[in-house]
Amino acid sequence: MAEVQTNMRQPWILGDKKPIDVSNDICEIIERKPTGLWWAAFLTSLTMLIVGTVAVIYQMSTGIGTWGLNKTVGWAFDITNFVFWIGIGHAGTLISAILFLFRQKWRTSVNRAAEAMTLFAVMCAGLFPLIHMGRPWLFYWIVPYPNFRGPLWVNFRSPLCWDFFAISTYFTISAVFWYIGLMPDLATIRDRAKPGWRKKIMGFFSFGWNGSYRTWSRYEVVYLMLAGLATPLVLSVHTIVSMDFATSIVPGWHTTIFPPYFVAGAIFSGFAMVLTLMLIARKVMRLEDYFTVRHVDAMCKIIILTGSLVGLAYLTEFFTAAYSGNGYEQFVFFNRAAGPFAWAYWTMITCNVITPQLLWFKKIRSNLLLVFLLSIVVNIGMWFERFVIIVTSLHRDYLPSSWADYTPTIIEILTLVGSFGLFLTAFLLFCRFLPVIAIAEVKGVLSFGRPKKIRQPDLDGSETKEEAEPEMEGVTL
Amino acid sequence: MSRRVFVGVFEAEEDILGMAQAARERGLKIIDIFSPYAVHGMEQAAGIKPSRLPITCFILALLGAGLKTWFEFWTTSVNWPIDVGGKPWNSWPAFVPITFEVMVLFAGVGTVIALFIACRLYPGKKAKLAFPGVTDDRFAILLEESDATFDVEEITQLCKHFNSTHVEERTEESD
Repeated sequence: MAEVQTNMRQPWILGDKKPIDVSNDICEIIERKPTGLWWAAFLTSLTMLIVGTVAVIYQMSTGIGTWGLNKTVGWAFDITNFVFWIGIGHAGTLISAILFLFRQKWRTSVNRAAEAMTLFAVMCAGLFPLIHMGRPWLFYWIVPYPNFRGPLWVNFRSPLCWDFFAISTYFTISAVFWYIGLMPDLATIRDRAKPGWRKKIMGFFSFGWNGSYRTWSRYEVVYLMLAGLATPLVLSVHTIVSMDFATSIVPGWHTTIFPPYFVAGAIFSGFAMVLTLMLIARKVMRLEDYFTVRHVDAMCKIIILTGSLVGLAYLTEFFTAAYSGNGYEQFVFFNRAAGPFAWAYWTMITCNVITPQLLWFKKIRSNLLLVFLLSIVVNIGMWFERFVIIVTSLHRDYLPSSWADYTPTIIEILTLVGSFGLFLTAFLLFCRFLPVIAIAEVKGVLSFGRPKKIRQPDLDGSETKEEAEPEMEGVTL
Repeated sequence: MSRRVFVGVFEAEEDILGMAQAARERGLKIIDIFSPYAVHGMEQAAGIKPSRLPITCFILALLGAGLKTWFEFWTTSVNWPIDVGGKPWNSWPAFVPITFEVMVLFAGVGTVIALFIACRLYPGKKAKLAFPGVTDDRFAILLEESDATFDVEEITQLCKHFNSTHVEERTEESD
């Protein structure tokens, strides 16, 4: 039979794999014993998590006076971390939902890990406002429930209240989206596993999935619906986060550019984090055939785009301040670039605007070590972006007599370390127990067994006899 | 009541698609088709009505948005009105963000629950596999041997034409 490949593009998955190879490659990672490297990484992350937990317990029991905040700088490290983590999360939804709508097949190699990353990043993000409340045991007051305090309802006009709804919805929808995507893979693991705890647990959580075409058909529809819902959702979440700032009248915050600027920044930092994690995972778990240089290339291009959007936003902010004729606004931006926090500002500019431009060169995009280093640089830059926006806008306000400085305390730094600990611990556990690549989705983009042309057999005639001959030989119909 | 079932097992997506289409064109009753991943074009090949889940999703979205709008109006302008910065009690533009979030929440979670109900999937359900490996690398088609016109020999040949790896007949309790 002549195999005519009309597909001009190279396949996304290398190694000429068949579906069974995909199942084997991905499932073996979780079926074999963890390596020494995994244990080392896990114990390090766990230590970070424990250190962070101790810091949080200390600041809870002592009070948030343990932070470096003062009357002028009322938001600093904590809210920086919150915005940083929520931004990291956005790449996962972008990859799973927006690229799905755009029919980008390369997403299948990264979407599972990116969605998991979203969940863990949103968990980390959610912790910070909780800690920031000072009395986190009363966090449920943000939920509008009938109570004996009036009933005193929450203030639906407040962006902080919008934020609570946005983030809890985002977390729920991301979790549901991720779980739905996992179900077929859990069934694959279940059916491969020998009788034992793995089979039982996977059997429970795979909901009796058996691959029926009616289920698949509805599943595809629901996946599309969720992608359609998650797309505006992800844009709305960071828009609302930016409104926490933009609806206030603090110079440097009070700008209409904030929503698109924050969303672009979120995708920028999130993609960098996905690259950081996936480049490590690729090496450690030997996923070179699944997460190829072409995948990295595609992601680098999105980083250039969003990084340049962020750079444009920085320029626009400056222009708006200069053109506004508003002295306070002009001062804030002058102070950012030349004030006491100029080092943070120029770190941000270097990491977010200048170094990512190196990715225009194909040579650099295909050098994975360089891409890995650049992705870390972007992560650092985006953390500083939030720090610059928050602290430099606050520390020199309208009254020079109340100007103040800000230095984070060791407690605040350890809390950030702890959030990285939580993120990495959760991610490493995910890599151990769940398929890190969407098995069923990758099988769907393999070039194996794709219909080139469906031939209908003519069992009475002889028109297709030639093609069907090998199978039909010696059979009289 | 029990019925006779004909099972054909295949290795490639193009073969199961061809087989499904051939079976449908011959007027055979397809009980079910099992595949390890979503085979595009299977709906057309095997003949299946489009899902009503998008309508469910839409209705749930309207429900979520409607309920939330009403709730925000009721709490802030009827039940316990509070003057916030001199804004009107029913300052509806400020209600838009949360209304949107709740709409997405209702539609997303509700549609997934609807999927579970429609497909009868629930935690801990015991999976009934048509053939070992249908969640791995095998595609299986189940045909009902409804009456005497079902020619097992012919269907076996048809399966062979589509490179089947295995065919069998079995008796199973029908639902």
